[in-house]
Amino acid sequence: MNFLAIAAIYRFEMQRFFRTLLQSFVSPVISTSLYFVVFGAAIGSRIDQVEGVSYGAFIVPGLIMLSVITQAISNASFGIYFPKFIGTIYELLSAPVNFLEIVIGYVGAAATKALFIGVVILATSALFVDVEIQHPGAMVAFLLLTCISFALFGFIIGIWAQNFEQLQLVPLLIVTPLVFLGGSFYSISMLPPFWQTVTLFNPVVYLISGFRWAFFGQADVSIGLSLLAIAGFTALCLFLIWRIFRTGYRIKS
Amino acid sequence: MAAFVEVSGLEKTYDDGFQALKGVDLEIREGEILALLGPNGAGKTTLISALCGITTPTGGTARVGGHDIEAEYRAARSLVGLVPQEIALEPFEKVINTVRFSRGLFGKGRDDALVEKILRQLSLWDKRTNQIKELSGGMKRRVLIAKALVHEPRVLFLDEPTAGVDVELRRDMWEVVEGLRQDGVTIILTTHYIEEAEAIADRVAVIAHGEILLVEDKAALMQRMGRKSLRIDLVEPVEAVPESLSDYELWKSPDGQSLTYTYDTNAERTGIARLVRELTEAGLVIRDIQTSQSSLEEIFVGLVKEDAA
Repeated sequence: MNFLAIAAIYRFEMQRFFRTLLQSFVSPVISTSLYFVVFGAAIGSRIDQVEGVSYGAFIVPGLIMLSVITQAISNASFGIYFPKFIGTIYELLSAPVNFLEIVIGYVGAAATKALFIGVVILATSALFVDVEIQHPGAMVAFLLLTCISFALFGFIIGIWAQNFEQLQLVPLLIVTPLVFLGGSFYSISMLPPFWQTVTLFNPVVYLISGFRWAFFGQADVSIGLSLLAIAGFTALCLFLIWRIFRTGYRIKS
Repeated sequence: MAAFVEVSGLEKTYDDGFQALKGVDLEIREGEILALLGPNGAGKTTLISALCGITTPTGGTARVGGHDIEAEYRAARSLVGLVPQEIALEPFEKVINTVRFSRGLFGKGRDDALVEKILRQLSLWDKRTNQIKELSGGMKRRVLIAKALVHEPRVLFLDEPTAGVDVELRRDMWEVVEGLRQDGVTIILTTHYIEEAEAIADRVAVIAHGEILLVEDKAALMQRMGRKSLRIDLVEPVEAVPESLSDYELWKSPDGQSLTYTYDTNAERTGIARLVRELTEAGLVIRDIQTSQSSLEEIFVGLVKEDAA
């Protein structure tokens, strides 16, 4: 294992993050505050408790997931797309590193950034509502797994994308709808039975449900299923990345 | 001297069917400077990319320092530094950080003294905290060189390092190259500028259409340069140079349409008159005769043209 190379990639990626630290910090704080104003205060005041939790607190796990997933994907996809775009990928390809080291470096950095955003949102939320965490260990585990698995997914998008439009395409067309419809702002038990069934095909439901369970001890689906879903998703992404580096898909002719 | 880079039968066919390398054989000796000359699209960059791991060869093998570039890619690549033709640098990064990054990527621990030495050598030390985007084109090229040197490679590939570069940088660069040569680093340089190859290379290889046409000591080539050549175009192509003319060491073009006789202009007798007579006696009909002062450039252009014909 070329640990120095992993550290070099990780540090290089984090430097990009620190260059834009203010943006990285301010934008999630503002957007979270807006969600609380709109959903929590304006709409939430007309909604009673959801499953025994005040609506404002109920949306906290979903809000964190929404930002963490989006950030993990965009950071990781940009992180590997940019070297392809400006040509610096030559250096990665000519270095004595294997795919696992490249992935750990890039995905690790993207996951760290997403984790940072998640913590910022959690802290911001605490300013608006009382946040209680019943299973802190599970909460941290879910948060970490989500950061890592979606950073892996973002890495794949970054390699697949051949222009900036494609880079935005998957997050915009697939991920954002899945996250919004995955129960970020509602419990799926609030839906008519037919849509409840449809929703079960949305993988993000399992994530948000599991994450919410860590906070409130209540879940739409069983916690075991949630863990299985995220483990499966991580494994799928890892397999795809392994294939990409074996075949040199879109990075090596 | 032992071969440090051994290329044998290396092929590269792209997905669209274009064959960029057609079985390249090349041995590069440890500590030498080899100039790889060739026209645009000859396969220079593809060859370098294949040796550095940027493209995957579709046939043949290559070893660097005895390590197979595919099976033992870690050991092979650790020895190799690459200065690419195109300037590719992260625009928002600071000079010193991108250089440190390169060292780490090659698995070497932080070495501030070495980084400083290299940056000073390339006149980049004062710019070390500048963002890359603030640098001029020449400065960016210096950064590429610094990145390639910072992991202390034993083989350095310089792909068109002087294309569009001012005199000052060229001079600095040749100083760096000379220093590396003294440290025993093997250097492979591609260039369009033949006078550059003349000035610094130990050996010259000519590549065209994915094939190595010639690998020769520069000294031998220079010797040829001090000579004149007489080209004899024939009415009918010949299969081989007639036995009776073997003393002249004539060089037959691949199509057999012409013979070239090189001679020392300083010699008492050039032997031209006798050669022409003996050619006629051998039954060859001369269509045209031209003499020229052969230079490396002409040898190069001639080889490339014949290969294309």
